[in-house]
Amino acid sequence: MYKYDAIDRQLINERVEQFRDQVSRWQAGELADDEFRPLRLQNGLYIQRHAPMFRIAVPYGMLNAAQLRRMAHVARKYDHGYGHFTTRHNLQLNWPKIEDVPDILAELAEVEMHAIQTSGNCLRNITTDQFAGVAADEIIDPRPLAEILRQWTTFHPEFAFLPRKFKIAISGTEQDRAVTWFHDIGLHLKVVDGQVGFTVIVGGGLGRTPIRGEVVRDFLPWQDILTYCEAILRVYNRAGRRDNAYKARIKILVQALGVDAFAKLVEEEWAHGKGGPATITQAEYDRIAAHFTAPAYESLGETALPEEKAFRRWVDRCTQPHKVAGYTAVTLSLKAHGVAPGDITSEQMEVVADLADRYSFGELRISHEQNIILADVKQADLYAVWQIAKENGLATPNIGLLTSMICCPGGDFCDLANAKSIPIATAIQARFDNLDYLFDIGEIDLNISGCMNACGHHHVGHIGVLGVDKNNDEFYQVTLGGRQGNQAKLGKVIGPSFAANEMPDVVEKIIKVYLEQRSDEERFLDTFDRIGIDPFKNRVYEGRAHGKAKAADKETA
Amino acid sequence: MAQLIKDKTIAVDTWKTLELAESETPETVALPAGDIIFPLPVWQARKTEIISTCKRIGLLIQPDERVEDVAGDLEYFIVIAVNFPKFVDGRGYSTASLLRQRYAYQGELRAVGDVLHDQLFFMQRVGFDSYALKDGKNAAHAVNKGFSSFGDVYQASTSQPQPLFRRRS
Repeated sequence: MYKYDAIDRQLINERVEQFRDQVSRWQAGELADDEFRPLRLQNGLYIQRHAPMFRIAVPYGMLNAAQLRRMAHVARKYDHGYGHFTTRHNLQLNWPKIEDVPDILAELAEVEMHAIQTSGNCLRNITTDQFAGVAADEIIDPRPLAEILRQWTTFHPEFAFLPRKFKIAISGTEQDRAVTWFHDIGLHLKVVDGQVGFTVIVGGGLGRTPIRGEVVRDFLPWQDILTYCEAILRVYNRAGRRDNAYKARIKILVQALGVDAFAKLVEEEWAHGKGGPATITQAEYDRIAAHFTAPAYESLGETALPEEKAFRRWVDRCTQPHKVAGYTAVTLSLKAHGVAPGDITSEQMEVVADLADRYSFGELRISHEQNIILADVKQADLYAVWQIAKENGLATPNIGLLTSMICCPGGDFCDLANAKSIPIATAIQARFDNLDYLFDIGEIDLNISGCMNACGHHHVGHIGVLGVDKNNDEFYQVTLGGRQGNQAKLGKVIGPSFAANEMPDVVEKIIKVYLEQRSDEERFLDTFDRIGIDPFKNRVYEGRAHGKAKAADKETA
Repeated sequence: MAQLIKDKTIAVDTWKTLELAESETPETVALPAGDIIFPLPVWQARKTEIISTCKRIGLLIQPDERVEDVAGDLEYFIVIAVNFPKFVDGRGYSTASLLRQRYAYQGELRAVGDVLHDQLFFMQRVGFDSYALKDGKNAAHAVNKGFSSFGDVYQASTSQPQPLFRRRS
């Protein structure tokens, strides 16, 4: 894992002092609210429904045990003793006091953590997949390049006031697990003729206008990634719309120009920067990559695991093949039934930190599915890890299953939300509480967002749920068939929205259609692709006046 | 009156910016004498006339105006002012980068408009060397703290063309 040198450390300490000065000038009335706003946002500080919300960065999802312990401490001392992991490798605290934030930042800085650019119209935290460095299907470890990109984005002077937020994801595996098709820039590492480089995808995004990104360059040598991103950002900074926040993301620009014209502008811009000083050197790559070498793995054979049913069930769902024999990557589920997805208490953070120290070289990962990963656990230690995880509510064997939904904080916390999302998640979890049934249903991504900003990534859920506001009442729109990965695609809306209390029934009907129609081992998504949306639609709206029928009812009434 | 910060000290501003009344156009506006900063459309319409009458010439660029359009004229300008109508409009940073890095503009590069203390560090990095601080802001505090927020920087930019990784020992 990357360790700061003296300069990195100095920079985050200076950031703390800068923000302390900004907060005190704001308190003294020298900075107006609207002047302070972008500054606090670039430090991850929102003013929210009940209290400020504070977003701490976990760059590309990597953490060590000491950092997680510090987050536990910060959550306990300055907040209500828990935090929420988001879909973009951040930990959110929901109740800190603004005047405490400089002190929180100072405490975080001691363990090489910060909140830099976790919000605001700037270059955001870089994300990747949680199995980077250990995944069996890895082509190139994306973490050194993610760190190089992190440094490049940090306090970038030209791109601190962009038209809108800007998100970059990087993937180094055959299967994309970093949602690269739905980021402002998605980078997918590959090797062509022995040369390492990227497919560069631009202009993807979810939110109000969900768009799958477009390939602007099929192959970019890795050394050129900073100069090329610089070119993309400069084109966007100058030509992106600033008259309407809803049309300000780079995806709108790419669509307006057409991808070919956009790519041409980028190439023209890049012609000036290509080969310049920002071209990454092998020496720098090696310096950074040295932080991401494999831990001291032992030579182990495959280990036979105990037969205990509950344990095997957990192993089936919550472990992932590892590229080193005898090891496995363990996902600790933050999707216990009845708990807000992604939430974790300070006590649980401490337990996880201890697990990491004892069983996984002291390191951890955060997934965009809002879970925590111990990436390097010996198979022989799995049983012990499971027992501790289970005692602490972290071993729900539901990874990849219906109840391990991605879910934003929604209307309970978020100012932007049109509807609550956590109660929908918990109601669905309660309905599908039977583990055997859940296992039988198999792999399903259920994603819930409380508004069209789509923090819950509902568009790419196999089943997506979007909270909508109709005359000040909360309703929920359902999409089917969305997916992340290499064949990433947006889900289709099945029809009119539902009331909150209907949602468990709606999901259950969708599942029933699948179970009736599936053949053999077919996954939900495969059945959906084979039979289409209509059988689901018909079942869900059966006996329910909707669409034309509803309109006709109204006319006769 | 905006306070001018130049070369990191509070300075006296000798320049005036030509403002067009509603009835005036770049073609018809009277060209005043003295150290004048001309809006880009006026420069484009009256270039020959301005060159023959003014000793010292300034240019004002708006965020949506393309610096490429005057790239060949840069030798005429003592000062180029880049306007920030709102401090959150970041286009002026790219304008400055282009002027300094691509077109090698050597004269004074001034940020005008909604220019705040907290933008100065970024502005100096893209090549600004003077700042007409927004009215009512504490210029002394800005001079003391605004430029020295960070002791080093990661990326290449105008003020430091070598990225940190090429300078790290």
